[in-house]
Amino acid sequence: MSTEIIDLVYIAAAILFIVGLKFLGSPATARKGNVISSIGMAIAVIATLFSKGLNFELIIGGFVIGGLIGAVVARKVEMTSMPEMVALFNGFGGLASLFVGWSALKWTASPEVFFLVTVFLSILIGGLTFTGSLLAYGKLSERISGRPFVYAGQRIVNSGILLAVVICAVLFIQNPADQNWLYLAVGLSLLLGIMFVLPIGGADMPVVISLLNSFSGIAAAAAGFAIGNILLIVAGSLVGASGIILTSIMCKAMNRSLSNVLFSGFGTVSSSSGPVIEQGEVKPMSAEDAYYVLEAASSVVVVPGYGMAVAQAQHVVKELQELLEHNGAEVVYAIHPVAGRMPGHMNVLLAEADVPYDLLLEMDQINPRMETFDVAIIIGANDVVNPAAREVESSPIYGMPVINADQAQTVFVLKRSMASGFAGIDNPLFFKENTRMLFGDAKETLGNLVKAFD
Amino acid sequence: MDIINLVFVFVLAIFLGVELINKVPSTLHTPLMSGSNAISGITLVGALALVQIGDENQMASILGAVAVGFATINVIGGYMVTDRMLAMFKKKEGGDGK
Repeated sequence: MSTEIIDLVYIAAAILFIVGLKFLGSPATARKGNVISSIGMAIAVIATLFSKGLNFELIIGGFVIGGLIGAVVARKVEMTSMPEMVALFNGFGGLASLFVGWSALKWTASPEVFFLVTVFLSILIGGLTFTGSLLAYGKLSERISGRPFVYAGQRIVNSGILLAVVICAVLFIQNPADQNWLYLAVGLSLLLGIMFVLPIGGADMPVVISLLNSFSGIAAAAAGFAIGNILLIVAGSLVGASGIILTSIMCKAMNRSLSNVLFSGFGTVSSSSGPVIEQGEVKPMSAEDAYYVLEAASSVVVVPGYGMAVAQAQHVVKELQELLEHNGAEVVYAIHPVAGRMPGHMNVLLAEADVPYDLLLEMDQINPRMETFDVAIIIGANDVVNPAAREVESSPIYGMPVINADQAQTVFVLKRSMASGFAGIDNPLFFKENTRMLFGDAKETLGNLVKAFD
Repeated sequence: MDIINLVFVFVLAIFLGVELINKVPSTLHTPLMSGSNAISGITLVGALALVQIGDENQMASILGAVAVGFATINVIGGYMVTDRMLAMFKKKEGGDGK
C-alpha cells in the first residue's frame, strides 16, 4: 500500500474518532460512539501494517502480549475499581509514547533540533504520565496511603527537578550523540511523575486522573510530532483537550484552582482551629425507626459518595429504590460532580446496579427543589453535602458548590462512625436538627431497611 | 512534513476537542475518560512503523515493539472496558440502552 493510501485511511480514522467522541456525548448513542471510535483505530492499525519493511515477529509479539493483558484486565475489573483501572491504562499509554520517542531517536542518524525537542517532550510527558499514573493507581486501590504526602520545601524540590530536566534537554539537544543526558532526563521525568502525585490526597483524585488523561493524549501528540505522523497529533490533541476540560470541570466543582489542588496537600491541615459553630448533639437512629419514616415518605433523594463504592452498596440501594417506588414514593439520585474518585464514578456504579440514568440528577437540577423532598439518604458522602461550604466562612471548603441535602425535611446519614471525611473537615450537617445518623456499614444498614419493607 | 503544518493541525484539533467534549453530560464522564484513553493509544500506529526488519538497528525495533505492547494494552483494554460500562447505561421504562 502506498503512503498516500495509508494517509487517506488516517484521515478516515480521524473522522471516525471525531464522530465517535460526538456520539459519546449522549447516553443513548454513547455505546455506538465507542464502537465507531474503535473502528477508526482498527483501520488505522491495519493500514499501518501495510507499510514496507515491518518486522512482523516483533509486532505480533507486542500485539499478543498487550492484547491479552488488556482484554483480561478489561473483563475482570470490578466497576468499583474503575478509577484505578483508568489510571493504570493511562500510565501504559504514557509509557508507550516514551518508547516511541526513544525508538524514533535511535532510527534517526542526523536529527534536527525540532525533532529532538519533540522526542524529548514525548519522553518527558510520557514518563511522568507513567509514574504519576502508577502512583495514582496505588493510592486509589489503597495499596499505599491515600493521604497527601507533604514535606517542607516540596515545591522547591519539584521545581529543582523540573529545572534539571530542562538543563538535560538543552545539553542533549546541543550534543545528541551523548545519550547520557537523555537517560538522565528519562530518570528525572519518571521521578517527577511520582513527586507530582505524592502531595495530592484521595479526595482530589478526580482532578489528577483527568489531568493524567490529558497528559497521555499530549504525550501521544508529542510522539506524533517526533515521527511526523498527523494522526497521532490529531487523536492525541483530542484526548489532551478532553482531559483538560474534565480537569477544569472538577476544579470548578471544588471551587479551587488547579494549582491549589496540585500543590496545597489539601486535607493535611486540621481545620479544627476554626470556630466550631454548631457542635450540637448527634442523633442516632435504628434501621427500624428509619423504615417508618421512609414508609411515610412520598419523595426520597439519595446522595451517594465514595463510601457507597467502598461498601459495594449500589445493588442494595437499587433494591431499596424499587421498594420505595412500589410504596408510591418518587426516588431520585443527586450526583455531585466530584463524588467518588473519578469524574462520573457514581453514575457508573449505579448503572451497574441497573438504575436508569434519567433518575440521576446533577447538583444544579436538584438543589432548587431540595426542600420538597421528605427524606434525603446520604450514603458514604461527606464533603459534597457539607453545609459548612455555604455557612462557615473559616471552613477550608467554604464556597465549594455542594448538594444542599440539609434542606430536605429529614436527612439520613449512613456512616461507619463519627470520623470526619476524607478531607478531614468537620461537617455541621451531622448535628442539624433534622439529621438522623444510621451508623454501621452502608450495605448492612441498607439491607436492614430492605428487610424491614418485606 | 512542514513543521508549521503540523502545529496548525495540532492547534485546530485542540479547539475541536474542546468543542466536542464540552457538551458531554457528567453522567458519561467516566466512559468518556476511558474511551478517550483508548484513543490516546493511537501511539500504537506510530509504534508499529518503528518496528522494522534489519539487523543494523535492532535496539530501535525492540524499543518500538515494547511501545506496541504497551499501546495495545491501552487500546484493547480501553475500548473493551468502555463498552462494558456503556452496556450498563439504561433508560427508564425498560429501554435497551438505544
